[in-house]
Amino acid sequence: MQRIYLTFVVLFLFIAGVSAQTNNKLVAASFARGKTVYLQRCMVCHQADGGGVPKLNAPLDASTAVNGSDVAKLIKYIVKGFADRVEIDGELYSNVMPAAADLKDEQIADVLTFIRSHWSNKAGPVTKLQVKQTRSKLK
Amino acid sequence: MKKVTQFLVFSSLFISMLLAHVSLSAQNIKPDADNAGLTLPKGFAALKVADNLGRTRHIVVNKQGAIYAKLERLDNGKGVLVLKDTDGDGRAETKTSFGNYIGTGIAIKGNYLYAASNKEVFKYALNDNGDVVDENAAATIVTGLIDKGQHNSKSITLDNAGNIYVNVGAPSNSCQEKDRTKGSMGMMPCPILDSAGGIWQFKVDQLNQSYASGVRYATGLRNVVGLDWNNQLNQLFVTQHGRDMLNNLFPDLYDTTTSAELPSETMYAIKKGDNAGWPYVYYDHIKGKKMMAPEYGGDGVKTVDDKYINPAMAFPAHMAPNGLLFYTGNQFPARYKNGAFIAFHGSWNRSPLPQEGYYVVFVPYENGKPTGKWEVFADGFSGKSVVKNPRDAQHRPCGLAEGPDGSLYISDDVKGTIYRIMYQK
Ligand code: HEC
Repeated sequence: MQRIYLTFVVLFLFIAGVSAQTNNKLVAASFARGKTVYLQRCMVCHQADGGGVPKLNAPLDASTAVNGSDVAKLIKYIVKGFADRVEIDGELYSNVMPAAADLKDEQIADVLTFIRSHWSNKAGPVTKLQVKQTRSKLK
Repeated sequence: MKKVTQFLVFSSLFISMLLAHVSLSAQNIKPDADNAGLTLPKGFAALKVADNLGRTRHIVVNKQGAIYAKLERLDNGKGVLVLKDTDGDGRAETKTSFGNYIGTGIAIKGNYLYAASNKEVFKYALNDNGDVVDENAAATIVTGLIDKGQHNSKSITLDNAGNIYVNVGAPSNSCQEKDRTKGSMGMMPCPILDSAGGIWQFKVDQLNQSYASGVRYATGLRNVVGLDWNNQLNQLFVTQHGRDMLNNLFPDLYDTTTSAELPSETMYAIKKGDNAGWPYVYYDHIKGKKMMAPEYGGDGVKTVDDKYINPAMAFPAHMAPNGLLFYTGNQFPARYKNGAFIAFHGSWNRSPLPQEGYYVVFVPYENGKPTGKWEVFADGFSGKSVVKNPRDAQHRPCGLAEGPDGSLYISDDVKGTIYRIMYQK
């Protein structure tokens, strides 16, 4: 009996470990794809260091919203664009952020995963499913 | 009685000597040991007149040497700073402020100071000391100009016939149906041009003028920030910020390097009625041609030869010419007289390539025309040998002004530093 129990425990730990590993791998792949999207579509404004342009384009590095838990809001910015001219971490930005509605759900998840965990940011990944769900409500 | 007169004569002599000392030429003012951190041509020296002023945009110096600076963010609720050097050391000892609006443009003509918010232009009377008579008595001469955030700063200059010129920047990159959005094409005709994307002319002595009462003096100018009236040629000159994002919006037509190098930043000599072609064309200084914009059927090859004016001078892309000044002083060597200084705020639209600009250039003029060459005049504002990311720049040049002794003043809108450049051989 004890032996069976032990086997289960070992098996469980093994599966958990493997799935964590695959999960890490998936996130790493998403991050890498997200970087490509970032370079082509976002870097022009938000810059290589994620620091944005003072007074013009908001920084993503160390941003409260980018590191925050309201992922739906971030998804909305990408799908619908963003030019509310509200203060972001105490500062106004005068440029407009265009919608990137041509990006696929996965690409949006990728680029958000990238910006949330690059530079000094340490927030968790965004999944394709999250984008899909949020997006369907936006239409 | 005689004694009193004697005393008066003597003391006024003494006071005028003192005043003469205060306004003594740049030869006697000690520059900063490190020339304020700037690199300058041989014989020039610099000092920081003031520091940490906030977001100082355009500046102007009155006949007495006091500096008026327009702020882009209010400082204790005020948007115009007045700086005075009371002891003649070249540095400002006193700072006062007035006007409860942010903005960029500021100018003096005759006995009036003009200052712009992002929607209006105000006029203040100056007394014989060059001070504003009543800071609360601003006359609103222009009102109701477009302010949609993007390209909203209003710069101003005046001619000698009672007119003021105001830029109204287009709240758009290239008049796409959806601004800066990949796949969205240009609107034809571009409706923005009715109320923006040009220079408007107003009368200095009329109140509450707006689009209906003003004259659209020039159009097809995306976003002019530097503008100056050239008194030698009696003509308006402007510097335009060229369009952004050729690669991002049209990756099949422009690679990242081309997009970093194009289109040119341009300076135009303006005549009434001129059209510089935005958003339909952009200028390519490498080809020396006006190119059809990709939003309007361009492909990086198609040129447009008629209709639109050519620039008087073109510069590399995205450097953001924010200040323009024709030098009329006698302090600098003769070759500078009637030439143009341009303050380049510095680029952001060049990544992944390093950014460019963040310096003040000089454009020599001969017989009323630019010689075609330009040179970096003052560099080192950013504090970096290469600016990779804009937030790394410690200072960014923005406004230019000439002092009564011919010194050149430069403002920075990151830290709010005002520099004074002098020629001391
Ligand atoms: C044309 C310039 C431009 C491009 C391209 C651009 N943005 Fe933005 N972005 C902005 C501006 C400007 C703001 C701030 C808008 C405002 O204040 O109204 C912003 C805001 C944001 C914010 C909110 C930041 C905060 O702290 O609230 C996020 C997230 C963001 N952008 C992500 C992206 C991503 C991801 C891309 C690429 C898919 C992208 N942006 C492309 C200009 C741009």
